[in-house]
Amino acid sequence: MAKLNVKIGDLRLKNPVMTASGTFGYGLEFADFMPLDGIGGIIVKGTTLAPREGNDYPRMAETAQGMLNCVGLQNKGVDYFCSHIYPQIKDIDTNMIVNVSGSSPEDYAECAARVDALEHIPAIELNISCPNVKDGGMAFGVTCAGAASVVKAVRQRYHKTLIVKLSPNVTDITEIARAVEAEGADAVSLINTLMGMAIDIEKRKPLLSIRTGGLSGPAVKPVALRMVWQVAKAVGIPVVGLGGISSAKDAIEFLMAGATAIEIGTANFLDPAISIKVRDGIDAWLDAHGCQSVEEIIGVID
Amino acid sequence: MKKYVLDLTVVSVERIHARYVLIRLTDAQPLPDMLPGQFVEVRVDGSPSTFLRRPISINYVDRAQNQLWLLVATVGEGTRTLATLQPGAVLNCVLPLGNGFTPAVSGQKVLLVGGGVGVAPLLYMGAQMREQGFEPTFLLGTRTQEDLLMLDEFKKYGRVFVTTEDGSAGEKGFVTNHSILQQEQFTRISTCGPTPMMKAVARLAREKGIDCEVSLENLMACGVGACLCCVEKTTEGNLCVCKEGPVFNINRLLWQN
Repeated sequence: MAKLNVKIGDLRLKNPVMTASGTFGYGLEFADFMPLDGIGGIIVKGTTLAPREGNDYPRMAETAQGMLNCVGLQNKGVDYFCSHIYPQIKDIDTNMIVNVSGSSPEDYAECAARVDALEHIPAIELNISCPNVKDGGMAFGVTCAGAASVVKAVRQRYHKTLIVKLSPNVTDITEIARAVEAEGADAVSLINTLMGMAIDIEKRKPLLSIRTGGLSGPAVKPVALRMVWQVAKAVGIPVVGLGGISSAKDAIEFLMAGATAIEIGTANFLDPAISIKVRDGIDAWLDAHGCQSVEEIIGVID
Repeated sequence: MKKYVLDLTVVSVERIHARYVLIRLTDAQPLPDMLPGQFVEVRVDGSPSTFLRRPISINYVDRAQNQLWLLVATVGEGTRTLATLQPGAVLNCVLPLGNGFTPAVSGQKVLLVGGGVGVAPLLYMGAQMREQGFEPTFLLGTRTQEDLLMLDEFKKYGRVFVTTEDGSAGEKGFVTNHSILQQEQFTRISTCGPTPMMKAVARLAREKGIDCEVSLENLMACGVGACLCCVEKTTEGNLCVCKEGPVFNINRLLWQN
């Protein structure tokens, strides 16, 4: 039994495995399949200040070793979260982290401030990288100035661990990472989905209602791994790695590339107990290789 | 209801039609409780182009034989791969998912209307009604006689009426044209089939003041209400078909046309 616990800023994780926003509901949907308190954290669905209906159906298309989605941040708003969902999840014995999104820096900051008041939510993941909303989302995450403006506004109103989720749809992700670090982010997580498209050639129409969507799944893993490695070299704050992780081997690759923790996303759809299996697989690998702690392998790749 | 991930064992894969196979599955343990109208998400191994699980409705649960039956339309590479499963093979299933049809209560006269592969969940629904002492009436519509699926099975549990578009069996036309709808008064219709058929059934039910529920099959990824991909517009906003459905009362849907 190697030591699996890691820290992201002040946030203590019992192990480096978390579940990615939008792929694990509020955790409760998966309670029949695995012990929710067995993983290091659960990042719940993207939450905005006002309720959002999201985009029209169809919102999903299967692709080679992956899928596209254009859900568009459907959620009932932060007040509903605080009053109806938080009471159901606050006693789950792991880090329940809220993914916060918005359409202006003020929106983000107000939403974050309301989550700041919740005792059992120790961190937020700031989503400046959703490719599926017109107003805000990725618009902020693709320029250094935009990313900095959101993080600056949120940092003034949010006092716990602030993780900023980065978009891969940029020329140089390390510049964005440095910009959010300079504004006081405690960590960055990457990657959000890669913008993509799929077409029904018989109907001569896009498969997604808004034409484009975010690509996730094993197809994006090499790209995500490369970006995690680049960003880990470029910033001093911890990096949370995600993008197509489907096995303990995948997770260990991200840890070696420099991620302090990892998130499992689309793989939850294929095996609803995958995250606990990844935790066990990391543990077994560390034991088999004589490692006392997971920290021994974090960032070992030059 | 508690959900499970189970490695079920294939008992048989029967080609019952050029486009359909009936897969019978079993397990060493008694199969979990499952309700008519609920579905299973199956993992398709050995089909490189099939990434996601495939949602398949529960066709029948044979408690005596401890079998789960899945009626599968072979429409793409994933379902065609399922059709090649051999007896003894393992099929990984997440089940049971979603909400089933509303159970019948005494005094009700229930009509179960199916079309295409949509007849699948009606068999289990009819069987359960029969077990509870009700007599279901099935109304099954297809293009032609040879597309009628599992007719002998349906006849075990209730009266069966048929329409075919070419008139080769039963009455000629669509399910909504069948004379049984004029001759008898039903108090509830539960239907599953192609969307145009279900919309026509819903329209008819509304005209006649019959309570009506439909089983939707929007494209799904997770099957448990996490990814929000399979949404349907409802009076309560966008709802996940996998979690809030797949069975919806038509009064919750925006199908007023």
